[in-house]
Amino acid sequence: MDLGNPAFWLFVAVIAGIYGIMALGLYVQFSLAGLPNFGHVAFMAVAAYAMAILVVRYDAPLVLAGLAGLVAAVILALVMGLPALRLRADYLAIATVAGGEIVRYLAMNLPDLTGGPIGSIGMLGPGNIAMFNGGWQAFLDAIRAALGRLLGPVPTRDAVMAALVWASLVVLIALVHRLERSPWGRVERGIREDETAVIAAGKNVVAFKMQALVLGAILGGLAGILLALEIGVFSPDDYSPTLTFYAYLILILGGMNRAWAIPLGAVLFSLLYSGTRFLNFFPLSLFDSGSRAFLRLFLVGALLVAFMAFRPQGVLGNRQQLLLEK
Amino acid sequence: MAIVPIPVSGALVLQQLAQLVVNGLITGTILALTGVGVTLVFGIQRIANFAHGEYLTFAAYVGLLVNTGLSQNLVVATIVAVAATALLAVGLHFAVLRPLAGRGLVATSLITVGLGLMVRDVVFLVAGPRIRKLNIDQTAVFDLGFFRISPGQAVAIAITLVAAPAVAWFLARTTIGKSMRAVADNRDLAAVAGIDVERMGTYVWLLAGALAGVGGIMFAVVQGTFDPNLGFEVLFLIFTTVVLGGIGSAYGALAGGFILGLAMELSTWQGFFGGLEARFKPVLAFVTLIALLLYRPQGLFGKARVL
Repeated sequence: MDLGNPAFWLFVAVIAGIYGIMALGLYVQFSLAGLPNFGHVAFMAVAAYAMAILVVRYDAPLVLAGLAGLVAAVILALVMGLPALRLRADYLAIATVAGGEIVRYLAMNLPDLTGGPIGSIGMLGPGNIAMFNGGWQAFLDAIRAALGRLLGPVPTRDAVMAALVWASLVVLIALVHRLERSPWGRVERGIREDETAVIAAGKNVVAFKMQALVLGAILGGLAGILLALEIGVFSPDDYSPTLTFYAYLILILGGMNRAWAIPLGAVLFSLLYSGTRFLNFFPLSLFDSGSRAFLRLFLVGALLVAFMAFRPQGVLGNRQQLLLEK
Repeated sequence: MAIVPIPVSGALVLQQLAQLVVNGLITGTILALTGVGVTLVFGIQRIANFAHGEYLTFAAYVGLLVNTGLSQNLVVATIVAVAATALLAVGLHFAVLRPLAGRGLVATSLITVGLGLMVRDVVFLVAGPRIRKLNIDQTAVFDLGFFRISPGQAVAIAITLVAAPAVAWFLARTTIGKSMRAVADNRDLAAVAGIDVERMGTYVWLLAGALAGVGGIMFAVVQGTFDPNLGFEVLFLIFTTVVLGGIGSAYGALAGGFILGLAMELSTWQGFFGGLEARFKPVLAFVTLIALLLYRPQGLFGKARVL
């Protein structure tokens, strides 16, 4: 894999866009409504598994299966939110951690349904190769053909995917930005800043929190589905708990309270994350490529600590509106 | 979910029960000891320490270094590991967490997540991802008539018999133990009563680190083999223990650990509707946690006012 390979950078761009959508879900929950969600990855995993299972086992059309995946993420949000949203914020943090772990253990340990540690390819049991993204590949090819007629040269699947993902990210950010400035968004920000005042104003705080949690879950679920479609075969390891903290890091890198800074955060994070694999000069060349993966995670951790220490509002953030200090 | 029960005689079912009680008490001790550290850190420092699992990992690898690298016996290895982990916890407190205090729960949690990633990946880089084991004969079995224990479990039971009463005595009888509980309970009131809150902040990290060290070694010997994900895998069970006992309550964490350990092991007992499959034990723990949040969010020993 060398630095000049465009296919590699297209892949990085797709992943960056998907991570951006994932971080946008967290933005709605955490930056907007102040809900600390430490199990965001569970929404992604549930949606991806629901979609893949419906396609593989029941031959559902991809669109319906994808919608069902989003519904599954919403149900998970309701299940986690009902006990935890009435309590202090730390309880929600712990409940979301628990919810995420339950999803991960079930994905690992119900191999008949999920393929277990082998991943989605084993959903139909040993000896049968289960694929769920045929419909998606056909869809991408249709777009390629249409673009080819329009433009002349036929773009690659990766290029079409990157364009789709980034277009979705931009549209979704615009929508969230609008929502933020609506009366609904003002109530959510009010809850974040002073819950008691919002209760005194006669708002049903729990319902508003639940709405933010569900909206974030839908965005997370969408990111999970896109990730599954992009990588084709996925296993529980592709939805590891660290992903949630990547989402936090993307928010922090961009700007904790700026929805439109998320693409910057996603790009910076992806450059950092995929860039570390090119750190093969001395003295880092002393590590073999397997160890460099750990070095990369070490750097992610160090960056998280450094940003929290020196610039908690993020690169483009505004310190005045810093919710982290509450 | 239940496995098809193999027809077994009543005596065998009871024997399995005895075995599971022993296993549950061992798991329970690990969760109880580490849980006391996490809950007191939360009470005193207001930090949900996501790096705590890595303290266990660190202890296991220090133990490994002393035990197999320097070929010392397990007692020496345990003592060195416990001391080293206590120093690690206090070191991170002074180097990172104390200077960054007062940034709010989520910010501090994210900092500990970052620290945890750093510690875990340093262990990965130094020791490698290989599966390791401490120098114990894992194949031997001591048959005690009604149940059997492995040498690893024997070591764990020995540690339990020393550590669990010592911690309970420390919390109940010593001035420092009582002061710590007081600060965790009500910081301002404790400060007014003349307790040096800052100093307790340091002591609590020493205690939490040492207990995590004990837990890490126990976990390594009971499990037999381990890799650098050892602590991260048990972290959420420790959190469950803490919530079960009531966040901030030291006795709650002690009781919560044993309850959770026993419940997880006993759920696999065949006499109990054929028993749950072992791989679903953690799911049981997390479902318990969510049910608890629904009906008794303050935990078994917590106070409703903190909600």
